Amino acid sequence: MRVMAQMAMVMNLDKCIGCHTCSVTCKQAWTNRAGTEYVWFNNVETRPGLGYPRTYEDQEEWKGGWELDRKGRLGLKGGGRWKKLATIFSNPKLPSIQDYYEPWTYDYETLTSSPASDTFPVARPKSLISGEDMDVEWSANWDDDLGGSKEHAARDLMLKGIEDKVKMEFEETFMFYLPRICEHCLNPSCAASCPSGAIYKREEDGIVLVDQDRCRGWRMCVSGCPYKKVYFNHRTGKAEKCTFCYPRIEVGIPTVCSETCVGRLRYIGLVLYDADRVLEAASVQDDRDLLAAQRSCFLDPDDPEVQRAAEAAGIPRDWVEAAQRSPVWALINRFEVALPLHPEYRTMPMVWYIPPLSPVVDVIKDTGHDAEDHGNLFAAIEALRIPVEYLANLFTAGDPEPVEKVLRRLAAMRAYMRDINLGRDPDDSIPGKVGMDGETMYDMFRLLAIAKYDERYVIPPAHAEQAHSLEELATECSLDFDGGPGMYESGPFGEGSGRPVPVAVENFQMLRDRATSDTVAAPDDKATRVNLLNWDGKGVPSGLFPPRADVETDGEGVR
Amino acid sequence: MDQFLWVVVPYLSLAVFAVGHVWRYRYDKFGWTTRSSQLYEDRLLRLGSPLFHFGMLGVVGGHVIGLLVPRSWTEAVGISDYAYHYVAVGGGLVAGVAVTVGMVILIYRRRTVGPVFSATTAMDKVMYAFLAAAVLLGMWNTIAGSIFTLGGEYNYREGVSVWYRSFLAFSPDAELMAAAPLGFQLHALVAFSLFALWPFTRLVHVFSAPLGYVTRPYVVYRSRDDRQLGSHRPRRGWEKVG
Repeated sequence: MRVMAQMAMVMNLDKCIGCHTCSVTCKQAWTNRAGTEYVWFNNVETRPGLGYPRTYEDQEEWKGGWELDRKGRLGLKGGGRWKKLATIFSNPKLPSIQDYYEPWTYDYETLTSSPASDTFPVARPKSLISGEDMDVEWSANWDDDLGGSKEHAARDLMLKGIEDKVKMEFEETFMFYLPRICEHCLNPSCAASCPSGAIYKREEDGIVLVDQDRCRGWRMCVSGCPYKKVYFNHRTGKAEKCTFCYPRIEVGIPTVCSETCVGRLRYIGLVLYDADRVLEAASVQDDRDLLAAQRSCFLDPDDPEVQRAAEAAGIPRDWVEAAQRSPVWALINRFEVALPLHPEYRTMPMVWYIPPLSPVVDVIKDTGHDAEDHGNLFAAIEALRIPVEYLANLFTAGDPEPVEKVLRRLAAMRAYMRDINLGRDPDDSIPGKVGMDGETMYDMFRLLAIAKYDERYVIPPAHAEQAHSLEELATECSLDFDGGPGMYESGPFGEGSGRPVPVAVENFQMLRDRATSDTVAAPDDKATRVNLLNWDGKGVPSGLFPPRADVETDGEGVR
Repeated sequence: MDQFLWVVVPYLSLAVFAVGHVWRYRYDKFGWTTRSSQLYEDRLLRLGSPLFHFGMLGVVGGHVIGLLVPRSWTEAVGISDYAYHYVAVGGGLVAGVAVTVGMVILIYRRRTVGPVFSATTAMDKVMYAFLAAAVLLGMWNTIAGSIFTLGGEYNYREGVSVWYRSFLAFSPDAELMAAAPLGFQLHALVAFSLFALWPFTRLVHVFSAPLGYVTRPYVVYRSRDDRQLGSHRPRRGWEKVG
């Protein structure tokens, strides 16, 4: 047994209202830079829908993830080491920018600079790739809320096998949101695809990161990741991906997407797992056994033997304690309501989801029946094959049974808690029907419905004794480092070249550069630009107004 | 003049090449990349890039053999001049045509595809000029010099190659180059200029050829580097625990 700790996330899809706050705050924090316009470390997809990039789930096309060869050995679906090297000069499976969308801005300047006329001036869309005028034809969320899905949704691969039924009942179709970040897999195929070895999994917390100094821009990770959550920064020529906000996690605060989640649907915690069993679990023959196989990799932090092994593996005591309190562990293994996204990719993803019961509830409500009654709900889960099979295609490689089991538990919880909330005697037969007892069900309700901040996010800080040197807690001026932020500008070899800059400083400087730039590429007059960030509020900042030719000292003062 | 062209310039450019790479690697690890533009355009790249790169591997291999293997060695193992010439010109032609065609496609793509062109740096353009000149002069030497023998017979294995080996042995014989045909002289000069530019262009990616990928385990684990945790070095005054 080789115990390793993994920082993991669970999202409760029933609570997601599709507000995209997670995407926006993530973008502001991490990808608010030239070259990453189309990069969404976090995105929220409407399902049924095509996802981002379009139809990324079609691994027969994109060849992401792992597969078993004829002898039952695990190998990269996109081909092994030699094939990767042979195709290194032109990656055969790289999504083009059109598969994401061509990022754009508007030439807002015409709104203020156009001459007076009878018609309003129009700010036209300009491509951020070529700088030319463009027609906006697709974007990161073009099919949001089923927009245009009459045309597009049929291409959703998860509808395979159930297309007929869906088309038939499209008027009463179902819909839910699927927020996605990098899965920080136990068996990451992006890392395995990287020729340079630049993508690594951190031993301490399992976060998968790209070493920006070692990435050489071969782009194999983009193809290797079946979730298409590694992106190519087209200006720096390097791969970038969700970092699980490691500078925040290191000091014990949740990721930006979780912190800002309006529905409070995200849970972050540690999971202990046996690293020696990962390969075996990822290699089970039947796709539908992968869920159980992955669950069997996880180790019970309350087991004294596991604790001893964890200690031997150098996992600090407070981390084991955090694993015991971990909401993720509870949702995956104690309540068994969380499921992994696409286990069939065999990457052992570590962002899990509680499938939504709401499509079922909505249907019952619409028919006028009691949507809180467990009998009705149970019957509907069985009768409504479409949501269940669709969810199964997403979360269990097509096996409806685990999805049904989860939905029944959620339904039972609804009915059970209604009695309690109305002051009636709780009916303990309800949890019994889904293999739980009343107390466990109440615990589950607490965690899903009213868990407070520190119950939803149980994040042990990294090496508390070093905390003062961590980025977010820096007690000294965080800009006080060799080279200094004043030195920070693009090097001579294109944007971002030159000495590495710590993350927090980089974001600050890039944000400032971006805020003070209005050209697509790096502005050449950056140095002479007005910067209100260091304006002290007194007088007029130099350069804010053009030099005035008409200043006359005629006693009227400044006009 | 000969001393300057065939001793000073080559050593200077080689020194810039070596020191430049060390400096670039230390100063600019982040900028060390292929700067791929595949995301913008795929159709032309799919054709041009493998043609150019695989051809280039052949060209480099050919240069290594042609410049570093003395004539006496091949004679010793019984390869006649005729056989050597036949193989060298044949192989060189195939690789050279692949490189040239690939390069034409890639330059055409770089100029005509808007996003690719706007992602082209000034350094790229300079580099392309020298690279193209070196390739075209090389092709000229092969086709005009070795096949049609314009301007008389010239066996580079008796001239340029010997000079190159003497150059590598730090006892350069400038006479040999001075006696070479103009095409070879220009090719060598352009090539050495390209070497001097090399560390400051995207060509550095050549030295990142990911050969380690073949032997390393698929999934890389790395421990968090304590020194990289913060923006600055930890202050003294405490002992590291655990």
